[in-house]
Amino acid sequence: MKPVNIAFDNVLKASPEAFLKSWIEEVAHSGEGSSGSNARVAQNEARELLSALQDAVRDGADLTQFGSDAWSKTRAVLAELSQSRAAQGASAGETSYFVMAIKKPLFAGLQQLISIDPQQVFDTVWAASTLVDKMAQWTATTYQRSREQVIKRQQQELLELSTPVVKLWEGVLAAPMIGTLDSSRTQLVMESLLQRIVETGSELAIIDITGVPTVDTLVAQHLLKTVTAIRLMGADCIISGIRPQIAQTIVQLGIDLQGITTKATLADALSLAMKRSGWVVSRAIG
Amino acid sequence: MERIPVLQMGKCLLVTIQVDMQDQTAILLQDDLAVKISGSGATGVLIDISSLEIVDSFIGRMLAGISGIAAVLGATTVVVGMQPAVAITLVELGLSLEGVRTALNVERGMTLLRRADGGDLDF
Amino acid sequence: MTLTSEPEGPTGVIAIGVESDIVTSRQMVRKLTRQLMFTLVDQTKMITAASELSRNTLVYGGGGEMRWEIIERDHQMGLRLAFEDHGPGIADIKLALTDGWSSGAGMGMGLSGSRRLVNEFDLRTAQGEGTCVTITRWKA
Repeated sequence: MKPVNIAFDNVLKASPEAFLKSWIEEVAHSGEGSSGSNARVAQNEARELLSALQDAVRDGADLTQFGSDAWSKTRAVLAELSQSRAAQGASAGETSYFVMAIKKPLFAGLQQLISIDPQQVFDTVWAASTLVDKMAQWTATTYQRSREQVIKRQQQELLELSTPVVKLWEGVLAAPMIGTLDSSRTQLVMESLLQRIVETGSELAIIDITGVPTVDTLVAQHLLKTVTAIRLMGADCIISGIRPQIAQTIVQLGIDLQGITTKATLADALSLAMKRSGWVVSRAIG
Repeated sequence: MERIPVLQMGKCLLVTIQVDMQDQTAILLQDDLAVKISGSGATGVLIDISSLEIVDSFIGRMLAGISGIAAVLGATTVVVGMQPAVAITLVELGLSLEGVRTALNVERGMTLLRRADGGDLDF
Repeated sequence: MTLTSEPEGPTGVIAIGVESDIVTSRQMVRKLTRQLMFTLVDQTKMITAASELSRNTLVYGGGGEMRWEIIERDHQMGLRLAFEDHGPGIADIKLALTDGWSSGAGMGMGLSGSRRLVNEFDLRTAQGEGTCVTITRWKA
C-alpha cells in the first residue's frame, strides 16, 4: 500500500467507535444534522460508509482518483445515502454535510498518527481532503438526481389526477380538461381517453374545455389530433365548454375545426350525444 | 409465403390480421379480396386489426386500397379494432386513411355493414 | 435472422436486402424499445418509423443496413437507429420532406411522417452515393 493509504488505514482502524462518535457529533453540532430516530439511521450509514472506505483504502485505491473502479462500492453507498435523504426531504446541504463532517475525526486522527515529516503530513491531509470533497460532490450530484426523479414522479401523478375520463352514459365518455393544454398533457389525455374508449366500447367522447383558459393555434392542433385519433378508431367526438371569447379567438385565428361538432356546454353535448345514440329522455308527470 | 385467410359469412367477408405481415402478404390479401368480392357478390368486408400493433404507410395504403377496390365492386369495407397506440401513431404519421370506415369492434362493424346494405346482409 | 430472447447489446446491425428484412427490423426495434422500457405509444412510434425507413432503404436505396445504438445523455436512455444505403440518393431533399410527396406510386416516402415520430432526425444524402437517415427516440 502507498504511504498515504497506510496512514489512512491506520486512522480508520485505530478506534472505529470513537471515530464514528466524533463524526456523528460533528454532524449534530453543525446544526445541519438530524435528531431522534434519524440519529440511529445516521449511525448505521456512517458505519457502512466507514467500512466501504476501509475496504477501498486497503485494496490500494488511489485517494486522488475517486472516479476509478476501486471506489465503486463507496460511490454506491453514498448514492444510496443521498437517495434515502432525498426521499425523506432532507436538504442538499444536510446530505452533503454528513459526508464532509468526516473530516473532523479524520484530520484529528491523521494529526496523531503521522510522523513529524511535514511533507508526509501535507500529502496525506491533502489526499484526505480531496477525497472527502469528491465524496461530498458525488453525494450532492446523486442527491440532485434523486430529487429530480421524485419531482418527475409527482408531476406525472398530478398530471394523471387532473385528467380523469368519466363515463357519462351508456356509450358516452367525458374528458374534462382543466388548465393549460400543452403537448404532454394532451398526449396523456389522448392516451387515457382512447384506452377508455376501447375498454368501454363507447362510441362518443365529449372533450370539455371549460377549464382551459386559452385556445390558440397550437392548442387547437392538439385537440384536432385527439379527435382524428378518436375517429380513426371508429368513435366520434364532441367538443364542449367553448366560452364566447374562445369562439371569437377560433374564428379570428381562422382555425378550421374540420367538421367536429362543438357545443357551448357539457349539458348540450350530453343531450346531443344521447340523441345520436338513440336515447330519448322523457319526464314523468306528477 | 403466408396468406391471410378470408372467411365468408353470408354476404360478408371477414379478415382477421394477426401476424406482423410482410409487404407481399398485404399485396396478396388485397388481390385475394378483390377476387373473392367479385366471385361471391359480397356486399360487406370486415377487417379486424385488433391484433395489429403496427400500421405503417404500406399497411395504411393496403387498407385504403381494399376499401377503394371493394367500393368499386359494390361492397362496403369497415376496419375494426384499431389499437390506441396505432391510432396515435397514424395521426402523427399524417395518414388520414381517407375513405376507410372504422368501428370499435367486430360487433359495431357488423352493425355498420348491415345498415350500409339496407339490412339485407342475411346471416 | 432469428431474434433470441437474450437481451440485445448496446449496438448492432441488420442487413436490409430482402423484403422480410423489413419485418426483422420491426421485430428488432420492438425488442430494443421493450428492453429500454419505452411506453407503448413510444414503442409503436419508433417501430413504425423504423418500418418506413427500412422500406425506403430497400425500395429506393436498393438495399443497405439498419444500425442501432443504445445511448445515454444526462442520465436519460435513448435509442438511435441509422438507415444507410448506397443507392441513387435523394435529388430534392426539401421536396422529399414534404408531406405526401413520392418519387413513385403511393403515399410518399414516409420521411416527413417518420420525422414526426421521433425526437431527433438527421438526413444525409448525395446523388449517386446514397442516403443515411438517423433517428433518435429518448425514453420519456
